[in-house]
Amino acid sequence: MAYYQNIFTEVQVRAIDPEMGVPVAVDRRWGRPFHSYLFGLIGNAQVGPIYGGYLGGLSLACGLIAFEIIGLNMWASVNWDPVQFVRQLPWLALEPPRPQYGLKVLPPLNEGGWWLIAGFFLTASILLWWVRLYRRARALGLGTHVPWAFASAIWLYLVLGFIRPVMMGSWSEAVPFGIFPHLDWTAAFSLRYGNLFYNPFHMLSIVFLYGSTLLFAMHGATILATSRYGSEREIDQIVMRGTATERAALFWRWTMGFNATMESVHRWAWWFAVLTTLTGGIGILLTGTVVDNWYLWAVKHGVAPAYPHVYGPIVDPLSAAGGGQ
Amino acid sequence: MKTLLTVAGAVVALFLTIAMFGTAGWDRPPLVTSQNGYRGTAMAQVETKADALEVKAENKAPEAAAPAEPGDDLAGKTYENVKVLQNLTTNEFNRLMVSMTEWVSPEQGCTYCHNTENMADDSLYQKRVARRMLQMTQHINATWKEKHVHEAGVTCYTCHRGQPVPANIWFTDPGPQARSGFIPRNNGQNLAKESVGLSSLPYDTLTEFLGKKDIDNTVIRVNATTALPEGRGKPIQDAEKTYGLMMHMSQGLGVNCTYCHNTRAISNWGESTPQRVSAWHGIRMVRDLNGDYLEPLQSTFPRNRLGALGDVPKINCTTCHNGVNKPLNGAHVVEAYPSLTKSTEIAAGTPPAPSGGTAVPAPAAPVPAAPPAPAPEMPAPKP
Repeated sequence: MAYYQNIFTEVQVRAIDPEMGVPVAVDRRWGRPFHSYLFGLIGNAQVGPIYGGYLGGLSLACGLIAFEIIGLNMWASVNWDPVQFVRQLPWLALEPPRPQYGLKVLPPLNEGGWWLIAGFFLTASILLWWVRLYRRARALGLGTHVPWAFASAIWLYLVLGFIRPVMMGSWSEAVPFGIFPHLDWTAAFSLRYGNLFYNPFHMLSIVFLYGSTLLFAMHGATILATSRYGSEREIDQIVMRGTATERAALFWRWTMGFNATMESVHRWAWWFAVLTTLTGGIGILLTGTVVDNWYLWAVKHGVAPAYPHVYGPIVDPLSAAGGGQ
Repeated sequence: MKTLLTVAGAVVALFLTIAMFGTAGWDRPPLVTSQNGYRGTAMAQVETKADALEVKAENKAPEAAAPAEPGDDLAGKTYENVKVLQNLTTNEFNRLMVSMTEWVSPEQGCTYCHNTENMADDSLYQKRVARRMLQMTQHINATWKEKHVHEAGVTCYTCHRGQPVPANIWFTDPGPQARSGFIPRNNGQNLAKESVGLSSLPYDTLTEFLGKKDIDNTVIRVNATTALPEGRGKPIQDAEKTYGLMMHMSQGLGVNCTYCHNTRAISNWGESTPQRVSAWHGIRMVRDLNGDYLEPLQSTFPRNRLGALGDVPKINCTTCHNGVNKPLNGAHVVEAYPSLTKSTEIAAGTPPAPSGGTAVPAPAAPVPAAPPAPAPEMPAPKP
């Protein structure tokens, strides 16, 4: 019997003839399938063939164009110095247009034009990949849960880079492309709008994000712990309960009085993941458009508690007498 | 294959671990934390015990020179070409000159500023700059006493620390100059720069916020003052600039955000600490000094003392603070040098009066009469 209670998969199945799966109407897979020990450690040992298709090709091409525009802008900002490019890579970025350009479709390239072009191609790439996912799911006769979950992430991406900037009337409200710069942007965004932690949709998003990790840990651990009884065949066990399912369910009913079922735990996981970016996107969309200072909003609605003052009154020097100095 | 991978994985993990310990700039325990806000607000200053001791040792005020022998003759009469300190006694004047040499040019000596053939000669630019800096020191100790420097005051040593050019001065940073036809979108940010604590924030915020005297007083403020939008607010890019300035202040003073702010409502004055008021005036002081004292020296400095754009060396928070919330650990450095606490250019009619007056309650009087920014010691409240 296979031994599953390990970090890596201990048993690698290698078919003599590559496994091609169920026959589908349009099958444009290419590449010679091969076996890889490394892939076998974390998943199926058989690699390929992969479905290309014109959507996949277009998506990759658009993604590559966006990647190149961003990368070349980054490299140019250190005057094409390869050493500095590597050293400062985490700091480098492609910034959105300056505020004075508003929603101008193509400001000068070095004033944000490149950002718009890169953003267009990146968005095209992501949307094409989504259509590809949807069509492949349909072609295999699957439900479309995966594309819709991906759509939730795309929603947050579009809110940050497109929908909210359009509502605010300026591309300058969008996120720069860069490693540290997008993180510093996030901190500045929260500071500008009076602390995003008081945004209730941000709160929800955090609940679902951390909840997702908790659920993932619980589910992953449960399945691994009962795999010696065959629980890795969990879909079979949704309808045909075996000893693994019974024990897993019993474990949670013993420890917390309630258990998800083999099916419902996946709905929990799917919704938690989807709601993370869905609520996050709503929270971002409301920031600046509907609420300008989340702390003051939270005070107004009794969300933020008041703390005693330790220092006595501290007065804004500008409002104090003679504060104009 | 499997053994090989295991060995390779272990080697990679080992090197990553070594790199992590060696490069990440860890703070080694024990840590010292001083609370400076209401419990539960996470307002606290955290430093390692070793760093705290090291910083304290690095920022020791020098011993004041022995008091000058009393005398009646004034420096302005004894020496030629004395323009700022002419109303000091000759003995007091000489004592200050010796102290200045120790503070600013201990290795170079008098000749750093003076032509020893003729001490009155103004040909060295260092002397002309030093004269203006003396006026600046007097201006700081007189005009900015209540609002920023308080009893501690400043001397030349506060910034110079025994070096002719203070370690922490700054110039306008023009950023990289594009040397190809492809001009990237740089926005004055996104490079690893010390001026903003190695963040990717705009690195030349000092020019905008500290370089000029007459700028809009609300330029640093980016938060909305109402919960809901009322008109067009400031763009996020402005918030990034303010953030950059705050990183500079944090680095320069060796404190974190909560030294001045309750970070849950960073713009809210009512929830801030008294230090924020002091810092607010400090920003105005730096603008004042850069605008009135440093900028006018543009033609006095030789080219090699100017920045890339030909701008004068300027002051920021770090210039005096040198990584400590109170420069030189708050030592009252100016006490021993009363000549630096007021302008000495006007005729000495009144200045001798307070020292000879021996009015005992006089020193106590200003304490209750100084309401703006008392900046007390952190009381470490634990309610």
